[in-house]
Amino acid sequence: MRNEPTPQQIAAEKIYRTFGLTDEEYDRIVSLMGRQPNYVETGIYSVMWSEHCSYKSSKPILKKFPTSGPHVLQGPGENAGIIDIGDNLAVSFKIESHNHPSAIEPYQGAATGVGGIIRDVFTMGARPIALLNSLRFGSIAGAENAHNRYLFANVVAGIAGYGNCIGIPTVGGEVVFDDRYRHNPLVNAMCVGLMTHDQIAKGSASGVGNPVLAVGARTGRDGIHGATFASTEDPHSKERSAVQVGDPFMEKLLLEACLELIATGEVVGIQDMGAAGLTSSSSEMAARAGSGIELDMLNVPRREEGMSSYELMLSESQERMLVVMKAGREHIASEIFEKWGLEAAVIGRVTDDGKLRLKEGDQVVAEIVVSTLVDDAPVYHRPSQRPAYLDDLQAFEEAMVTQPENLTATLHTLLGAPTIASKEYVYQQYDYMVRTQTMVRPGSDAAVVTIRGTRKALAMSTDGNGRYVYLNPRKGGQHAIAEAARNVVCSGGKPLAVTDCLNYSSPEKPEIFYQFEESCAGMSEACEVLGTPVISGNVSLYNQTNDVDIYPTPIIGMVGLVDDVDHVTTQAFKQAHSHLVLVGPFEAATIGGSEYLKEVHGLVSGDAPALDLQMEKQVQDAVLAAIRAGLVSAAHDLAEGGLAVAVAESCIGGQLGATLRLDSGLRTDALLFGEAGSRILLEVTEANILALEMLLEQHGVDGTRLGTTGGEQLAITVNGTLVVDAAIAELEATWRGAIPCLMQ
Amino acid sequence: MKFAVLVFPGSNCDIDAVKAIEDVLGPEGAEVTAVWHREADLSRFDAILIPGGFSYGDYLRCGAIARFSPVMEAVKQAAAAGKYVIGICNGFQILTESGLLPGALRHNDHLQFRCEISPLQVESTDTPFTRHYAPGQVIQIPIAHGEGNYFADEATIAELNANNQVIFRYYEHNPNGSVERIAGICNATRNVLGMMPHPERAVHDWLGSADGKALFTSILNAWRDKQGA
Repeated sequence: MRNEPTPQQIAAEKIYRTFGLTDEEYDRIVSLMGRQPNYVETGIYSVMWSEHCSYKSSKPILKKFPTSGPHVLQGPGENAGIIDIGDNLAVSFKIESHNHPSAIEPYQGAATGVGGIIRDVFTMGARPIALLNSLRFGSIAGAENAHNRYLFANVVAGIAGYGNCIGIPTVGGEVVFDDRYRHNPLVNAMCVGLMTHDQIAKGSASGVGNPVLAVGARTGRDGIHGATFASTEDPHSKERSAVQVGDPFMEKLLLEACLELIATGEVVGIQDMGAAGLTSSSSEMAARAGSGIELDMLNVPRREEGMSSYELMLSESQERMLVVMKAGREHIASEIFEKWGLEAAVIGRVTDDGKLRLKEGDQVVAEIVVSTLVDDAPVYHRPSQRPAYLDDLQAFEEAMVTQPENLTATLHTLLGAPTIASKEYVYQQYDYMVRTQTMVRPGSDAAVVTIRGTRKALAMSTDGNGRYVYLNPRKGGQHAIAEAARNVVCSGGKPLAVTDCLNYSSPEKPEIFYQFEESCAGMSEACEVLGTPVISGNVSLYNQTNDVDIYPTPIIGMVGLVDDVDHVTTQAFKQAHSHLVLVGPFEAATIGGSEYLKEVHGLVSGDAPALDLQMEKQVQDAVLAAIRAGLVSAAHDLAEGGLAVAVAESCIGGQLGATLRLDSGLRTDALLFGEAGSRILLEVTEANILALEMLLEQHGVDGTRLGTTGGEQLAITVNGTLVVDAAIAELEATWRGAIPCLMQ
Repeated sequence: MKFAVLVFPGSNCDIDAVKAIEDVLGPEGAEVTAVWHREADLSRFDAILIPGGFSYGDYLRCGAIARFSPVMEAVKQAAAAGKYVIGICNGFQILTESGLLPGALRHNDHLQFRCEISPLQVESTDTPFTRHYAPGQVIQIPIAHGEGNYFADEATIAELNANNQVIFRYYEHNPNGSVERIAGICNATRNVLGMMPHPERAVHDWLGSADGKALFTSILNAWRDKQGA
């Protein structure tokens, strides 16, 4: 036996605490096992019961999400969710965080985040066709923020390095800069895959006697206890060795080999060895099938001699999968993997005793009832308390800030704010064109990827405004869903389903748990109204450092279906002399909670902007109907920076000016830069304007004519006074130059 | 006409190349086959396309390992026999590593991967790949690479220029630091083309440009002329 602590030592010296287990959790393990766990068993329980794997704090909340619908083929609980898009086609997608590793080692942390989410999707039998991401960093301006620039540059390079090499286009995403993320950058990666219905694979280990294979990369000593590390408060106190290293070339081979193997129909179940590696993949596959698994640890392919069973079970080496084949068909896996230069080793078999049994030859080194790892994991109903700051911040009134005198300068300030400015610096590092199906490239509302051989396309978007959630958790959660869906609609898609990445601080703080609980409730409400169930997701907690909590930041990945590629629409203005129409409430915008308030007045205050979910649904339905009827030349969601920024972005995209004549009782800065939900800017030709207005009226939705396109200036007149007058070329220079200038 | 698109471990533009040839030349009766890198006989093909991607993970150096694949001997034979060989992106890197084209592709001077639709000027239409372009025509073709910074010594550059072997230059910009903005070159016998930009990504307007189509129609046209000759 190795130099490992004995069960008695683990108990007496409370060694389990260093694994992240509490005294109560350890006692629970002893009572479930009827004995003290040995070192390997303690390690296995600690990772399976970590927040990352067990969702012990979030489970009671996650259960409340709407997860079903006529088009849902697979909801949460598998490696990724699946929806039906007709014609025997299905789409699998999921979003996942890699926040903690990226804080420590940004390039590899981000790269392996991409690698992990790709595996989750091709494990389902789907060919990955697109990647998206959502990133949060601290401020990148000024000498004192060099570390934030380092994190930003290397996270982007890591995402590019992995996605570009494996040949899956990174088609969309968003980046927000705010000092609440200074020590806790958020790196959320989403993958979308396409398959036919007969190709759907599951992570299930059924059929007594079926062989269990480890395929892909060998197991090394990297990333041991990564899942536990992701569940603790301060990642900086941990070591870099808990961060894994990615090999996208290996993953490309693994992807091709696995899809070829699944296509043979000889696979019983398949699962990524992601967080908690061999431990979670084997126990989760057995748990789903209600079976057991016996593994001979001596047969696990390894990178170096002398690795213990403990290390093999807890390693998070990347690019590995666990596969259960039909008995007698192992050779098919071997042949396919050999072609791709990979290994496929039989390391065990499926049993019917419901146990995870690990052997080294004849010696049993661990024996655990699978259900105790998965179903009996602790569930915490954390206390929840409405944060005291809410009343103070929501008491904000517009009169507390003075309107700037030069609103053209204010528009420049906003267009140059890194959160709003062009993200070309980011996406030009991503290969967004490989696979040659990308119809709407990064920089418009939602990316659109076509489906070869059909008229269909998929629109996809990631969105989330943590500041809104901070200011009003319930309404902020609604906004996150609503905006993601609105972006999909603007590109011509019907929103179908949601994957969510829930990034919060410590759930052990009642005020944080309140944010979590309330924002998820808001998301559920929006999902119900918009008809977009949650089909997959991920929770990342403990995003805090030195008592600074990140904003509660649920990130929504939304996928929608474009029935016909003729409906695909972008935000860029297309021609002069078109009408500009604001669909949705014209005067709902508020300064409170806005990017304008933060960037120009340095204040994060107020309530989250207004949002009426029923109106949101009507606006989205109306705009989608108008797009399908061919009435819309351009469509753009009004988001950060409000009306003026949205119009400016569409002008820049189309290299075309616009003249707006507005009449309003709102304060001019609120009218131009204030924010609210349910608002979409449309460009409509003279020939279509009456038909559009009739359609909007039928849908019970306001449409306000703002002005027309044309010229090379953006000129905005409010109540007869010219308040913004700027050359598009100058606005573009500000918008396009901001991030490259800061990163130089 | 029969096209081969080679597939190395790590190729990722192979399917795009197959689709482009199918879409552009399929209606004209051309056929395209994806060929695994272990194949040693390419004699049944009239043109060979080495696609982009990260063959062997770009480990060691881009294209440095792929040149040892069995199929590369067959590519050399095909080139010597006057068949058409085109290497795109990683395929260009493989061709320089194999010695079928002079020079080398270094890291982009700004050290970042760069993906964008890039204007190119067609420098020579006197090749089987560019006869359907106009001399000096500016075309829009995507680039997507981290190591596309073309380099060759002064004597080689002078020779390329003297022989009209520079086929494409980046137009009024230089996205990677290439010597003399070189984006694509051919060999002395003009039947082997290497280029960093991706014509197979520019074959439908909805992809952002269809300017790559003429490259494929040029090849078919040249082959037909050769058959008729």
